[in-house]
Amino acid sequence: MGAFIIRRLLSTLLVMGLVGVFIFLLLHLSPGDPAAIIAGDNATPAQIEAIRTSLGLNDPLHVQFGRWAVRVLNGDLGISIFSNVPVATLIGQRVWPTISLAFTTIVLAVALALAAGVLAAWKAGSLADRLVMILSVVGFSVPVFVVGYLLIYVFAITLRWLPVQGYSPLAEGFWPWASHLILPSIALGLAYVALIARITRTAMLDVLAEDYMRTARAKGVATGPMLFKHALKSAGVPIVTVVGIGIALLIGGVVITETVFNLPGIGRLVVDAISKRDYPIIQGVILLFSGVYVIINLLVDLSYTLLDPRIRY
Amino acid sequence: MTAPLLDVQDLKTHFFNEDGVTRAVDGLSFAVAPQETVGIVGESGCGKTVTALSILQLLPPRLGRIVGGRILFEGTDLTTLGEGALRAVRGDRIGMIFQEPMTSLNPVLSIGHQIAEAVRIHKGASASAARARARQMLDLVKIPDAARRLDDYPHQFSGGMRQRVMIAMALACDPKMLIADEPTTALDVTIQAQVLKLMLELKAKTGAAIVLITHDLGVVAETCQRVVVMYAGRKVEEAPVRQLFTCPAHPYTRGLLASIARGKAGARAKRLKEIPGMVPSLREPIVGCAFAPRCQFAVEACRRQQPGLMPVAGEPQHQAACLRVGEVLAS
Amino acid sequence: MTVAAAQIARVPNRSGIWYFVRRNPTLVGGLFVLALVALAALMAPLIAGDPILAKPVNRLRPPSQVNWLGTDQLGRDVWARTVYGARISLVVGLSVAAIAMTIGLLIGLLAGFSRTVESVVMRLMDGLMAIPAILLAIAFVSLSKASVSIVVAAIALPEIPRVVRLVRSVVLSVREQPFVEAAVASGTRLPKILRRHILPATMPPLIVQATYVAASAILIEAALSFLGAGTPPEVPTWGNMIASSRVYLGLAPWTIFGPGVALALVVLAVNLVGDGLRDHLDPRIARRM
Repeated sequence: MGAFIIRRLLSTLLVMGLVGVFIFLLLHLSPGDPAAIIAGDNATPAQIEAIRTSLGLNDPLHVQFGRWAVRVLNGDLGISIFSNVPVATLIGQRVWPTISLAFTTIVLAVALALAAGVLAAWKAGSLADRLVMILSVVGFSVPVFVVGYLLIYVFAITLRWLPVQGYSPLAEGFWPWASHLILPSIALGLAYVALIARITRTAMLDVLAEDYMRTARAKGVATGPMLFKHALKSAGVPIVTVVGIGIALLIGGVVITETVFNLPGIGRLVVDAISKRDYPIIQGVILLFSGVYVIINLLVDLSYTLLDPRIRY
Repeated sequence: MTAPLLDVQDLKTHFFNEDGVTRAVDGLSFAVAPQETVGIVGESGCGKTVTALSILQLLPPRLGRIVGGRILFEGTDLTTLGEGALRAVRGDRIGMIFQEPMTSLNPVLSIGHQIAEAVRIHKGASASAARARARQMLDLVKIPDAARRLDDYPHQFSGGMRQRVMIAMALACDPKMLIADEPTTALDVTIQAQVLKLMLELKAKTGAAIVLITHDLGVVAETCQRVVVMYAGRKVEEAPVRQLFTCPAHPYTRGLLASIARGKAGARAKRLKEIPGMVPSLREPIVGCAFAPRCQFAVEACRRQQPGLMPVAGEPQHQAACLRVGEVLAS
Repeated sequence: MTVAAAQIARVPNRSGIWYFVRRNPTLVGGLFVLALVALAALMAPLIAGDPILAKPVNRLRPPSQVNWLGTDQLGRDVWARTVYGARISLVVGLSVAAIAMTIGLLIGLLAGFSRTVESVVMRLMDGLMAIPAILLAIAFVSLSKASVSIVVAAIALPEIPRVVRLVRSVVLSVREQPFVEAAVASGTRLPKILRRHILPATMPPLIVQATYVAASAILIEAALSFLGAGTPPEVPTWGNMIASSRVYLGLAPWTIFGPGVALALVVLAVNLVGDGLRDHLDPRIARRM
């Protein structure tokens, strides 16, 4: 087991390294001169050259990469071109709204999706099942920002039940914090719920057809424990896998959701950086999010052995 | 005569799918006395497994249904009970074990947990009390090193041992009756013998009645006191075990016995006798005797009307569903 | 249950187009919607008005007989802009799917056949897959001059790893089949094996995957336009329409929901086609789903 963990960790490090290489190369391989683009349309050649020097773009590639890698490993994600503030600092200032959003979304989405998937499998072929399947496809197809604006229009503008946008830190009260996060969580999590509900349903259908479910029934086990203790746990591995992979959807959606709902998080940071072509910020955020994604999937892999004792490393 | 523990009266279980209705069990009646071992024997598709599933109503929910008859267990008609009441019976007063030990245990729960679960549900035992009982059951079914094995998972056991675990699980709440659906079919021959021996020992210890479903007449000969022979969803013969083998009265039973290789040296030289023809489809209602198309004794009357159960040779316990019992016995 | 005696069942009519429609409702439904949208996009100049003409005096008019979906903040006809917006979405969706599938197929085939290529390539794909697609696309676009081709390339890049994985796994499983081993043993050359055995096996899952890639591409393109990292703003896309009319959500919701519903509809149709294709091509899964 220990050997497996070490191997997985090394593999994870390798992947992170590759991510770093890709992101670094992106700057250099995309068409056009990065310095010119960053400088903007009205820049003079002198300004462009200044940017090129400040970003060290005149040195050989591997030197640049080495320098960059060392900096990153020391926690230095570069300096924002436009505000001259270290990227890491900027990220640190914006991290809590994003974490809050991610947390509420994941908790609500997984709970709802598991319930829907289990229900659909248990009542396979019924109206409830069809409904879950249809809502899944729809939920997966409607873009985050359209859902967001729809929710705002209905619940905030028309019904006035919830605030239109913005963020309230937890320190200033639970309900303000929660009420500002409800609509964004729904918008962000809808596709995620759809994905997880579908895989839950499929996995549960497989498990419910197994002989050991009949044995449980013959023992007199009640419906609740049958579905959740006996069946869901057995179906755990594929479901948890999708939960991990789906995080990529969430990460991508965070950028959009924070824009729609005006949450001052890391996503908004990236969006602002886009219009200003502030590449160090974009690069830093990508590194951060990729790292988070990789670590989450590592944890998912490690969880397999907890869920299914037949899986031993 | 004591009241029977289980009294199945005219059971009819049908399966419904988009292609039509399959009459898996079509009017079966038999009874089991307390502490008795009754075997239900027949070939694949004759309805014996469906009978077993019908008793505890474990049929696949949307496909199979009991459409007629009564199943009296300790006086209560099980077919009238709702799911909640049935759950109280399952595992507690009637235990059941299934054919495939490899897939009948939940792979992600420890076997100790699975055994203890029955005790916790039905006896309201605490976790530790249930665990102690699970340990006791493992000892009873002769799993070595029981205390440590409680926390092991099914994949860490061999097929024979898993079947023992199933037996332990089924008997954990001290049920009055155990239904065993082909418990040894999926096991090696040597393991088969061990498991059967174990079942008989446990029956002696706990006083449970056993309904043993099998297609193997050898198993029946070793373990049962009475036998019910089924064909095409109906009972064709019922007798105390020795009589069935020495004096089979129904042509189908005769055919079955003739088609298995018997131990005598001379028999080895002869070709195994098969029963000509095929089992009729259960999708259409069968007119007359179900076995008539394949029966050498059949006459016109057999094809017209389903024969009732006739007593055989003056033995009250021996019945056969055949109009020509006399001729069959004489041949 | 055993076979019955001579009972000739009524043979249902298995030919004809209506049978196909009845058996594959999602596939046909999705294709129908897509065909309508594609037709509308193609015939845009004929059926829609002018998407760019701004008449500020008419700004923010609700849907009416003249303006089917109303007008936006500059007095432009929302219906016309929505129809024209379909062009970008469909072109991007198709192009990304085509490019990602082609490149993915090539790399996947190589990975399936060469152990060395496989170990290098799969690691690279793992690395690429770790970067969330939108962010990668954003980074790519922000470093180049914005244009449709750049957007297509930016979106196709993160879709390639999934295709590679799919192709590689199909190749590996087909290679182990006895009939392929037999073909190799009897001296069949590689190109023929590819053509006869490998490629036909990869096609069904590849086509299904292509639809999901297309759906994803349309969504990402819209997101990019919405965030300002997409095609140049002069061209109306559903994403930038919604972005520019954001503040008018309360006053003139049609400016946002016109393109929004269109977007959802098209992506839904593509997803339905994908599901329908999958059910059609592999009925074993269909019975469960």
